[in-house]
Amino acid sequence: MITFRMNGLEVQAEEGSTLLETAKFYGLEIPTLCHNDGLTPFGGCRLCVVEIGEGLRTKLVSSCTYPVEEGLVVRTDSARVWKSRRMMIELMLAMAPGSKILQDMASQFGVTQVRFKVRDTECVMCGLCTRICAEQMDAEAIGFQNRGHKRKISTPFDMRSDVCRLCGACMYICPACQLRCQGPQADTALCNGCLTMEPSCLDHYDDLQCWMYDAGRCGTCVQEKKS
Amino acid sequence: MKQYRSHLLVCAGTGCVSCGSFKIKEALEKEIKKRNLQDEIQVVATGCNGFCERGPIVLVQPDGIFYQLLKVEDVPHLVEEHLVKGRPVKSLMYVPPAEKEPVPKMKDIEFFKHQRLIVLRNRGRIDPEKIEEYIAFDGYEAMGKALSEMTPAAIVDEILFSGLRGRGGAGFPTGKKWAACAKEKATPKYLICNGDEGDPGAFMDRSVLEADPHAVLEGMVIGAKAIGASKGFIYIRHEYPLALKRMAIAIDQARENGLLGQDILGTGFAFDLEIVQGAGAFVSGEETALLASVEGQIAMPRQRPPYPARKGLWGQPTVINNVETWATVPNIIRRGADWFQGLGTETSKGTKIFALVGKIANTGLVEVPMGIKLRDIVYGIGGGIPDKRDFKAIQIGGPSGGCLPAKLLDLPVDYESLTAAGAMMGSGGMIVMDDKTCMVDVAKYFLNFLQDESCGKCVSCREGTQRMYEIVKGITEGVGQESDLDLLEELATVCKDASMCGLGQTAGNPVLTTLRYFRHEYDAHILDKRCPAGVCKKLIRYVVLAEKCTGCQSCKKACPKDCIKGTLKDVHLIDQSNCIKCGACKEACRFEAIEEQRDEAIQVI
Repeated sequence: MITFRMNGLEVQAEEGSTLLETAKFYGLEIPTLCHNDGLTPFGGCRLCVVEIGEGLRTKLVSSCTYPVEEGLVVRTDSARVWKSRRMMIELMLAMAPGSKILQDMASQFGVTQVRFKVRDTECVMCGLCTRICAEQMDAEAIGFQNRGHKRKISTPFDMRSDVCRLCGACMYICPACQLRCQGPQADTALCNGCLTMEPSCLDHYDDLQCWMYDAGRCGTCVQEKKS
Repeated sequence: MKQYRSHLLVCAGTGCVSCGSFKIKEALEKEIKKRNLQDEIQVVATGCNGFCERGPIVLVQPDGIFYQLLKVEDVPHLVEEHLVKGRPVKSLMYVPPAEKEPVPKMKDIEFFKHQRLIVLRNRGRIDPEKIEEYIAFDGYEAMGKALSEMTPAAIVDEILFSGLRGRGGAGFPTGKKWAACAKEKATPKYLICNGDEGDPGAFMDRSVLEADPHAVLEGMVIGAKAIGASKGFIYIRHEYPLALKRMAIAIDQARENGLLGQDILGTGFAFDLEIVQGAGAFVSGEETALLASVEGQIAMPRQRPPYPARKGLWGQPTVINNVETWATVPNIIRRGADWFQGLGTETSKGTKIFALVGKIANTGLVEVPMGIKLRDIVYGIGGGIPDKRDFKAIQIGGPSGGCLPAKLLDLPVDYESLTAAGAMMGSGGMIVMDDKTCMVDVAKYFLNFLQDESCGKCVSCREGTQRMYEIVKGITEGVGQESDLDLLEELATVCKDASMCGLGQTAGNPVLTTLRYFRHEYDAHILDKRCPAGVCKKLIRYVVLAEKCTGCQSCKKACPKDCIKGTLKDVHLIDQSNCIKCGACKEACRFEAIEEQRDEAIQVI
């Protein structure tokens, strides 16, 4: 067993498991998008980033891919983590504003603006569909093409795939193109229909100060969202 | 062995080859044969000499006379005068800028004088396609020593003690990496040479591979013994055909001579090498992406830890080092770690190769001791900025490095100082910029490169670089807003923070350093809608200066849009509504009568 600290709590995990798995086991909530328990970790959406290390030498790593280490100090809800998460949500919302999962997350993390020009591609390249196709359906009918800003997900040569069985697993798992946000039709990329309050402690502390370490759940410090 | 009275060393690095150095070599050989001197004089094609600005280059030994910018027509004269009559040809020698007298000997030329050649010690000296020449200059001596006299632990200790740090960019201590891999029990272990050099304007690894492939090979065999590897891969991008060819020749020759394969040098040690050709993605230079690429997968980085030293190629312990690092290893083993310790600074030991390019008089490849001041590189070796222009910035560390301003010219070149200043050592590209360079435009250029070359896995990097590019592009087009700078800064910081691999973690640097040192230029673009350097096309307009225009009509002929009006001997006028701001008129004008106007706010149409 490997012992380390998470949000000040001493935790234990088996060697080879990830920070995210440990956090889940202890009931500490870390948001994820490109992660699914049945698939290999990818580390692409960067929502599950946590801050590791102490003092001045800390860094952000994706908890879904980072293996547990003896004596590691992990903070799942520091100001730096939230800043990054908010930016990721903002960036992804500008790609797929119709996604209910993303809109809900925006409300949860208090993302109230999208400062980028919306480029609605209905896809955030999380790779869940390519992984479920390859790993669970054993088909490898779709995959990533190109790199950088030209990257897209498609079948080889964009032609109808011979190995695709139309099983629909890719659509089932997609966080962006299936479940639609049904909230009020705003003229921006943001819905924020579920936005009610946000914790106030990050204005004053470097970490969330939540009771029982459960970020943002206890409600003791939440305030009405300043508009 | 045949004795020659003179050797003509023709540079056959990529730069000189593209200037026609093979033709020069042919002409030299023909001319020498014509005069029946082939038994007295030998022509040798060497690796890159370094002074690429002046190619094609021929060095005459043993006199040490340096000839440059040669043309095929010059060859008969050169052979006649120098080799037959013994009179070096002054007109073909190098003349330093702002001086009149030529400098005949290579060792007296400023560009070479201040360099310290260790990794590049064989450049311009041996024929890289002949193993005998490498062996003649102490080649494979270090390997012999390592295989027969040293234990693996002793080799690791030697490298650890030498203080050698990875030359690929991050500067991780090579000895530590080796030690970590050596203590792993799983077998087989692998070695990889990272020759995927993709930075715009950088050609250090290419040059080492072309000029001295055996040095890399020797370093890898020593490394193999140290960590107990049985197989190695040399990853070279397919854009480097000459390097690929010379490395293949080197591997074949080493095998024939019993320096590679089973039972190397009769010591019973077995190690073999294979070349892997990269497909040209910049991100393949990142070690975990490179591993994926060698395995035949998409070059996409993965999470470290586990580090490759524990779980690398096909899950086996693997050591990945850069070309330059491998080529340094034989020198350390041969001459001892103490000697290497004595070079460089407290934390950065040895020498580093830089590709000096941009607005600089002496473009080329230089090897300098660590800790040298930037000023000595730019003004000493580089010969300063041409056309008497002012130095503005130097971009260090490739696309994700940073731009340092003139006030930091006295900064010593070592890993820590460069990182603290916001740049990084990177693989060693140095791009010098003069006052005609717009720093916002530079940031835009590098962001464009990065948004193309990001692998696309992390949202922070893929979307971050795209959005930063979008914003900076808007600024150069005059539609930037004041709030853009805060957003840029926030985005660049998050991109650095949240990305998985080295590419994303440094992708914010071009923005952050230009914002840190050249914020006034951003302000000028945003607030005054003005490009101080006169580069951003949307923010300038070309005008004819009436007092200088002679009405010669050359600008009119050059204009692709026919938007210059005026008759012969009359002052011309540029029709702004049709002008595409290509600058052809300005180039065509011999009287400096066309200028880009940028002093006042120009309305963006």
